[in-house]
Amino acid sequence: MKQWEVVIGIETHAQLLTQSKIFSGSSTAFGAQPNTQANAVDIALPGVLPVLNRQAVECAIRFGLAVDGQVAPKSVFARKNYFYPDLPKGYQISQFELPVVVGGKVTIQLGEGDNLTEKTIQLTRAHLEEDAGKSLHEDFNGKTGIDLNRAGTPLLEIVTEPDMRSSAEAVAYAKALHALVRWIGICDGNMQEGSFRCDANVSVRPVGQKEFGTRREIKNLNSFRFMQQAIDYEVQWQIAHIEDGGRVEQATVLFDPDSGETRAMRSKEDAHDYRYFPDPDLLPLVIDRDWVERTRAAMPELPVAKRDRFVADYQLSAYDAAALTASLDVADYYEAAIAVCGKAASKSCANWVTVDLAARLNREDREIGDSPVSAAQLGGLLARIADHTISNNIAKKVFESLWNGEGASADEIIEKQGLKQITDSGAIESLIDAVLAANPAMVAEFKAGKEKAFNALVGQVMKATKGKANPQQVNELLRSKLG
Amino acid sequence: MITRSVSELSQALASREISSVELTQLYLERIARHNPQINAFITVAPEKSLAQAKAADALRAAGQATPLTGIPLAQKDIFCTKGWLTTCGSRMLGNFVSPYDAKVIEQFNAAGAVILGKTNMDEFAMGSSNETSYYGAVKNPWDLSRVPGGSSGGSAAAVAALLAPAATGTDTGGSIRQPAALCNLTGLKPTYGVVSRYGMIAFASSLDQAGPMAHSAQDCALLLNTMAGFDERDSTSLDRPPEDYSRELSTNAGGKPLAGLRIGLPREFFGEAERSGCSPEVMQLVDAAIAQYRELGAELVDISLPNMKLSVPAYYVIAPAEASSNLSRFDGVRYGYRAPDYDDLNDMYAKSRAQGFGAEVKRRILIGAYVLSHGYYDAYYLQAQRIRRLIANDFVAAFKVCDVILGPTSPSTAFKLGERAADPVQMYLSDIYTIAVNLAGLPGMSIPCGFASGLPAGLQLIGDYFSEAKLLNVAHRYQQASTWHQQRPQAVD
Repeated sequence: MKQWEVVIGIETHAQLLTQSKIFSGSSTAFGAQPNTQANAVDIALPGVLPVLNRQAVECAIRFGLAVDGQVAPKSVFARKNYFYPDLPKGYQISQFELPVVVGGKVTIQLGEGDNLTEKTIQLTRAHLEEDAGKSLHEDFNGKTGIDLNRAGTPLLEIVTEPDMRSSAEAVAYAKALHALVRWIGICDGNMQEGSFRCDANVSVRPVGQKEFGTRREIKNLNSFRFMQQAIDYEVQWQIAHIEDGGRVEQATVLFDPDSGETRAMRSKEDAHDYRYFPDPDLLPLVIDRDWVERTRAAMPELPVAKRDRFVADYQLSAYDAAALTASLDVADYYEAAIAVCGKAASKSCANWVTVDLAARLNREDREIGDSPVSAAQLGGLLARIADHTISNNIAKKVFESLWNGEGASADEIIEKQGLKQITDSGAIESLIDAVLAANPAMVAEFKAGKEKAFNALVGQVMKATKGKANPQQVNELLRSKLG
Repeated sequence: MITRSVSELSQALASREISSVELTQLYLERIARHNPQINAFITVAPEKSLAQAKAADALRAAGQATPLTGIPLAQKDIFCTKGWLTTCGSRMLGNFVSPYDAKVIEQFNAAGAVILGKTNMDEFAMGSSNETSYYGAVKNPWDLSRVPGGSSGGSAAAVAALLAPAATGTDTGGSIRQPAALCNLTGLKPTYGVVSRYGMIAFASSLDQAGPMAHSAQDCALLLNTMAGFDERDSTSLDRPPEDYSRELSTNAGGKPLAGLRIGLPREFFGEAERSGCSPEVMQLVDAAIAQYRELGAELVDISLPNMKLSVPAYYVIAPAEASSNLSRFDGVRYGYRAPDYDDLNDMYAKSRAQGFGAEVKRRILIGAYVLSHGYYDAYYLQAQRIRRLIANDFVAAFKVCDVILGPTSPSTAFKLGERAADPVQMYLSDIYTIAVNLAGLPGMSIPCGFASGLPAGLQLIGDYFSEAKLLNVAHRYQQASTWHQQRPQAVD
């Protein structure tokens, strides 16, 4: 049987986080009553004209810098002409021949732990454009309603080269891009509300063949899981189709999450002729060096740079560093905690943030941004573990109390609940004596060579201290007494 | 009173010789009497006009008058006017009452001017005779069997017939200058970007420019002072310091007021062979005007605009291309005409647009869609844009050796209604002298320069970018030395 290679390119529409629309002053907030956020420009009254929103351009520049692409000194808005009821002007203002960002790259990570590998996905371009409105089918007594609230919402369309070779790579890219646009604050990444949606161009070719196979484009993938399922199904379909003697025809397909299948929406023959031409209502977009540099100066440290710095500064594994730089909020949280507990606790801090805190947040479906335990509180807690005031086990109790708002700081809770570790060896010794006296059978078993009995005795002592003794100290004292 | 200029009417209002309400009433009565014959107005709403006049009188009483406060003006029906039917000469917008004001209307309103009515025009400004209007042809007041020119034919006829002291027009390929020439008016198309296009229904966005139409350069300057100005809602509007376009008109330079002015005469208009592109009668009047300019002290310079002959073909690629896209919003979905019966979405589009647009508009949409389509774009649209640059460069070179370029406005005087309606190419050639000015984005004027067989002819003056004040002065000096612009038609009393 032939070996097949999968080739995938992705186009992403990221809705930009601007206050107002790309060519009008209407608000872009999601979820308003239909047509309450559509002004004269958005509904395309006769005579109205577009005016470019500088904030949207700023977002594009940030993106260009973040992916190390070229921010075009001059780009041009073009009209893409087609008729549809939710496209009020009969054309979409987009960029065609001269996009605002040319080239660029996104690094993705594949695998886990020691098998972690990296791959660079090249970007072709990113361009600014306006979104269309929505057709609300069957919502109005069988008639189609038109909601133009979304019409004119700014989008950045980000296009990759056909660089991905599996659905896993495609999803890794989509996730990395999703994290990046949120990181640089240009998109809220809300996939359910359509703020971040992907189209995947998928083709297959026999391994070793140079030419690409014919691609089909899967439209509007609005979750990573659907992306994976859709690509996997599509790849299987294309391979089966070719092996059955068929030929893949260029087409646009939709993924049906219920059936898990893709089905053709329109073939190349029905492709529109969009009659692109430069929009005469808008001047070419000129971005001078100054604007780029001012934007660069205001950029946050980017994920890859931050990850490398975490490895170097905090002696973290690449895996931990990647987990801590999955989003800017997590990274900021981590560094704020370190600022309190000190770099010496960097590894335990990484564990707490990526394991304990993450699990707790996950359980209540919360984001780190609204964690009940602040970074300063967690840092304070880690400092008490580091100076042996409490054990790791007690720390979990303190963490839970902080989560429930039982105190303003770890110190306050330790004090209030009397959780301070007992380190006075005299006090521990007298407790040990009491435990040995109360459990002669266990002592006999230990002396007969049963190591298990020793652990049971340690447990008894810890229980008597309510967990507050230093387990290592208990061990040593017990062994010398029994010795 | 009705033969007075805008500045004279402004004085009459200032001296309380007449009130705005009385003046408005006077014009409304003339409109009621003559419009059924001339068809210059699509919409007249006396109660609205009189309410504005009353408010203007109150402003004047409060001492807050500007030169245009209380002056009734006719507005081309291409400007969105809040609360007024705004049809753009089309059945498509036959039910469109605008919910907002165009920038131009806002500016006139702010100045306290009164809207007398909305004037007839070629449908979506596509035409040179005003015969493509869904609301019927407009008659030329100088000869009711002839066209007034277009597309601002309603505005031209209204002012020529003294149904309004002045009017607004828009000019995409000659739509202010050609009707001004055919109706014995003074019309100015400013530099592209001087007057905001916001609220002016787009025909060809990169060429459209609004301007005044009146009896004199002086009146045009007065109107332009109100119309011009930066508008942040129009990205092609130019952010320049405001200027007084009348500023050069009052200076007295003595016997040779235009001494030192270099007037360029393009070989492409005046060469021995090229003269035949214009009717001999009109050419004769233009020659006489040139002689008059020499009297006024101007120096004549031979110039060449070698790519002039390409302007009509380039224009008829670029303008329809932009129009085909600009007119896509008229789809029957949100406002405007929708066919009463249709099967599905595509049928609704097809029928609404088939029934809502007239033949000339459909012709240009088809041409535009064709030249933009895949495989033809480079050969037509891109090529036309290159020609456009060449034409603009020709003018830049010419203005190194002259200050103003002079020529005929239109190759003929007003033609008969119906005479060219069946021959679009013949009709398109009506704008052969005016189109290059739009392609280059320059200011251009037409002023009356005499009569041929009783019909007025126009002289075109073309200036360098932003030279409106100079252009108006060059026109004004000629009007001080001639009376052509003071002639009034006999057909309408």
